[in-house]
This record gives sequence, C-alpha cells and structure tokens, in this order.
Amino acid sequence: MNVMAPEQFDCRDAYARTLEDLAAADPRIVAVVNDSVGSSKLTGFRRRFPERLVNVGIAEQNMVSVGAGLANGSKIAFVSGASCFLTARALEQIKADVVYSNTNVKLCGISSGVAYGELGPTHHSIEDIAWLRAMRGLTILVPADPWQTAEAIKAAARIEGPMFIRVSRMPVPELSRADRRFEIGRAERLRAGGDATIIAMGTMVHRALAAAEALAAEGIDAQVLNMATIAPLDEEAIAAAAARGPIVTVEEHVVRGGLGGAVAEWVATHHPVRMRILGFPGFLPTGSAAWLMERYGLTADGIAAAVRDVLDR
Amino acid sequence: MTTPGVRAAAGDVPAIRARAAWIRKRSLRMVHDARQGHPGGDLSAADILATIYFGVLRYDPRDPRNPARDRFVMSKGHATGSLYAVLAAAGFFPEADLETYMQPGSKLNGHPNREYLPGVETNTGPLGHGLPVGVGIAIAGQIDAADYRVFVLTGDGELQEGSMWEAAMLAGHRGLANLTVIVDRNRLQQGAGTEETNALEPLADKWRAFGWDVVEVDGHDVAALLEALDGARQARPRCVIARTVKGRGVSFMADDVKWHHGVPTTPQLEQALAELDAAEMAR
Repeated sequence: MNVMAPEQFDCRDAYARTLEDLAAADPRIVAVVNDSVGSSKLTGFRRRFPERLVNVGIAEQNMVSVGAGLANGSKIAFVSGASCFLTARALEQIKADVVYSNTNVKLCGISSGVAYGELGPTHHSIEDIAWLRAMRGLTILVPADPWQTAEAIKAAARIEGPMFIRVSRMPVPELSRADRRFEIGRAERLRAGGDATIIAMGTMVHRALAAAEALAAEGIDAQVLNMATIAPLDEEAIAAAAARGPIVTVEEHVVRGGLGGAVAEWVATHHPVRMRILGFPGFLPTGSAAWLMERYGLTADGIAAAVRDVLDR
Repeated sequence: MTTPGVRAAAGDVPAIRARAAWIRKRSLRMVHDARQGHPGGDLSAADILATIYFGVLRYDPRDPRNPARDRFVMSKGHATGSLYAVLAAAGFFPEADLETYMQPGSKLNGHPNREYLPGVETNTGPLGHGLPVGVGIAIAGQIDAADYRVFVLTGDGELQEGSMWEAAMLAGHRGLANLTVIVDRNRLQQGAGTEETNALEPLADKWRAFGWDVVEVDGHDVAALLEALDGARQARPRCVIARTVKGRGVSFMADDVKWHHGVPTTPQLEQALAELDAAEMAR
C-alpha cells in the first residue's frame, strides 16, 4: 500500500460550493434539477436560495427547456442532472433550445463517465462528448480536479453562452501545477517531454501523469496535456504536440467521437502522426468503475503501455 | 428597467380583424412564392396571432429584448408564414423582408431563428419545445415577481409530444399565473385528424387535471379571444382552447389535411386572395 497516496476529492463538492458562492453574489444564478438535488450536492444551495432552486421532477426534456426559458428571463441557468439522462434524454432540447437558440444555459453533467459502475450502460455517460461535440457553438468543459472544476463553473457564470460542464464523482487528487490559471480553450501542460504526448481529460489526467512518471524511469519523456476544453479545441497545443511526435489520448468515454476523435480530426487533416486512442469500446459489462477502468486499460499502466506501443518500444 | 411603451389598443376588434385578413393574404403569397410552407396552419392561427400582437401583448419592436416585455412563444414553429407576417406588421422588421421567405441565405428560415429575427423568443420547429421554454420564462417572472406575461401558441397535434405534458404539469404545480397557452385546435395534424391519429379529447379535462384554468372559444372570434386572453383575474396557468379551422378563409383549403403543407398554384392563390378580399368587403 502506498502510504504517500494523495487525498482524493469528489468534484461535485467543488461544483456545489462554487455555485453557492456565485449565487450569493449574483441573483441571476439559478439551479435547475431533475429530482437531483442530492446527487448534484445542491442541498446547501436549496437551503440558502430556495426560490432559485427549480426542481422540475423527473423530466429531463422539460428541465433543459425550462433552463432555456429562465435564460430568456435574464437568469443564468445551471441545469444539473446525471449526465447520462441530461445529455441523452434531452438531446433535442439541448440542440434546439440551448445551442441553436444560443441561450445562456450551463448544462452540468453530473456523475459522468462510468461513475455509476455496476448500474450499467444505461447509467454510464460515455457517449456524451460525442453527441454534444457535433454541435458547434456549445463550449464543452471537462475539469480534471476540484480546483479546475471551481474555475470552470466560475468561467461558465462569467461568460455568456451555452456550455456543458462534465462534473465527475470519481475520486481524483488535486493536481499540482506551477501556473494556476484557467482559460477556456487552452490546454494545460502539466508535464514537459519531447518523445510523445499524452492528451487526457477529466479523471484520466492524474493517471496520465502517473504514466509519464513511470515512462520517465525508462527514459521515455512524455509531455502531458490536460485538455479540459473539448470544444473549442486548443489546436495550437495539438499542433505543437504533433510536431514533437506521436500522441496518445485517454478519456473516460467511448473511443468514437470524444477527445481522441477530436484530436484525430485535427491530426489527420493537418499534421498526421501516429496515435493511440484510449477509452471504452462501447456498452460495458457489469463491474465497478475501478474494475472497468482496469479492464479497459484506463490506468497508468495501460496508458504507459500505449505510449511504448506508439513509439515501438 | 424600462417598461415597454408600445401597446395596441385592446378591444379594437375591427382593426385586429383587418390585421388578420392581411396576415392571411400575405402568408399565402409567401408560401406561393417560396413554393413551400404550411398554409393550413398559417390560416388557422391568423386571428389568434393578430389578436395577440394587436390586442394583448406589450412590446416595443425597437427594443425587442427589453426584459420587461411580454413574451410570445410560437410553439408551432412551422407556421412561419403567419408568424413572420404578424412580426413584420408589428414592426419588428421591414415588411419587404417577407419577400425573402425561405430564399437562400434569408433571415426568414422555414422555422424561426431568434438570432436572425428580432421578435422571435426561441428557435422552434421540432414540436413540443415552445411550451417548456415558455414555462421556464414564466418561472423566471415568478422568481422576480415581474409584471410580464408569457403566451405560447401550440398546435393541437403537438400535444401528442410528451414534453408538452412535462411542462404542463410543472406549470400547474407552480401555479404560473403569468402563463397562458393557446391551443390552435383545428383538429388536423400532418397526416390525418388528431382524433383518429392519437385522440386528444377530452382535452379540456386533461388541462384541468394538470392544474390549469381552461377557456374554450371560437379561435376566429377576435372579441372572444380578447376576453379569453385578458389576464386581469388570472390566478393559475390558463389554457385557451381556440376552436379553429385549418385553412380558414379559403374555401378549397378549409378543413382539408392536404393543405398542411400544400402549396397553391398561381390560379389557386388568386382565387384564395379574391375570397379573402370578398369576405373582408362583406364584413
């Protein structure tokens, strides 16, 4: 057992705390939920701002449209529900009422990825980035730790326009960074390295860093990028990575249409380099989130193996 | 917050009727020229739209996003012939723009877009969206104890969409007294009658069961519509079931499902316009 294991955090806490702080300062902020007050950690918000907590009940389509209507009424609507239901059930509402109508709605996909583990593919949200990314005009944020989650929520409140923020419940460590600056559309370089680049999002970022550590011990220098904005994509950072060498992407998402797909679209059309795309193949068998990650190689070992593979080592 | 200054004199029935007649003729010409559109629904909604924009709604076309405005949401987003005609008549954009209806690059898309056109509150087209968005606006008004009212015009076939009833349930639950939905009850949807497709009746009972007040009126009777849309004593969300005739005002279009998205030939357009003129003269 690693006695040095860092403290782990549930990013929903940072999300809820930040939203409460913002709401205290800005009366325009409202939260819209689908009977998800507890799972979105918004009990404190409800206690402090009961009139600004709009619970539509179990009705995701209505939840998203009501958020768009609240935005029409000059509110900043944080629409918060389990990512699987928010993005899939209400996809046409997201398309027509939020993105195409260009409304100031912040869609918060809670407990994204495979956090619900054994509950199965109906409750996994590992297709969300793919179907949301097709819609130009929607900013997509996937913060990697509590600090970045708080920064993403603050940016969402500050900047007008439709956004999706993927808020994980999977325990993650607080990343150490020299430069604590969050900018939408800007990849965060957490580690330099000239042999290859690992581009990761969300819960995979700390694993990518651990993989890079292990590779360094073998003499492989991997750069690690935290791609916390999936749309608009930081093409400059990808260009710099492609100029350096092969790229491995890693995401808690299916391997089609997500982070890897986004990077590959750019790489294939601008600067072809060898790539590996790590993620889930599709609907998953029964198992805990940790077991699923292990099974599909979304671990430091799996990422390191992919880097060696792409470098033919 | 400034209060919008423009409001048509409520109750001026002859003026509203004249606007409705103009909307009918203009929308038919638009559909004829574009060679596409939804004339049946344009004609069934014309009196409702004229009544709302020239008898009820408080707005300023020079300041279309004034936060204090009343909101009108066109849930039946396919009836853009009459929607665009009434918005132009109300001064949101030049009447000449109507000539560009569905032309390449036009702001007047087949379904309304709020980024292109002032006066459009939300981009509708897929059915079942307007009422839920309207409920969200009404909730914002409720939170702010604002004075504005929210009106949603929905088709009747559209009430087969589940999202409408999600929204209706929430509006009833929250007692949104600032919200009025008007059902354009022409009893025809794209392919057939509503009752043979997936029956809506007893429709008034359904809305009442969801916590709404229900008023049933002749949707072509401007005076009755004005009374139904008067919010003075409104304590709950109100549903105005407006009994209408699809294709109303044109003999060969009336109550015929094929004119849902049929396009008149030039002789048919001329006949339709002549009939509408004759009806106006006779009044």
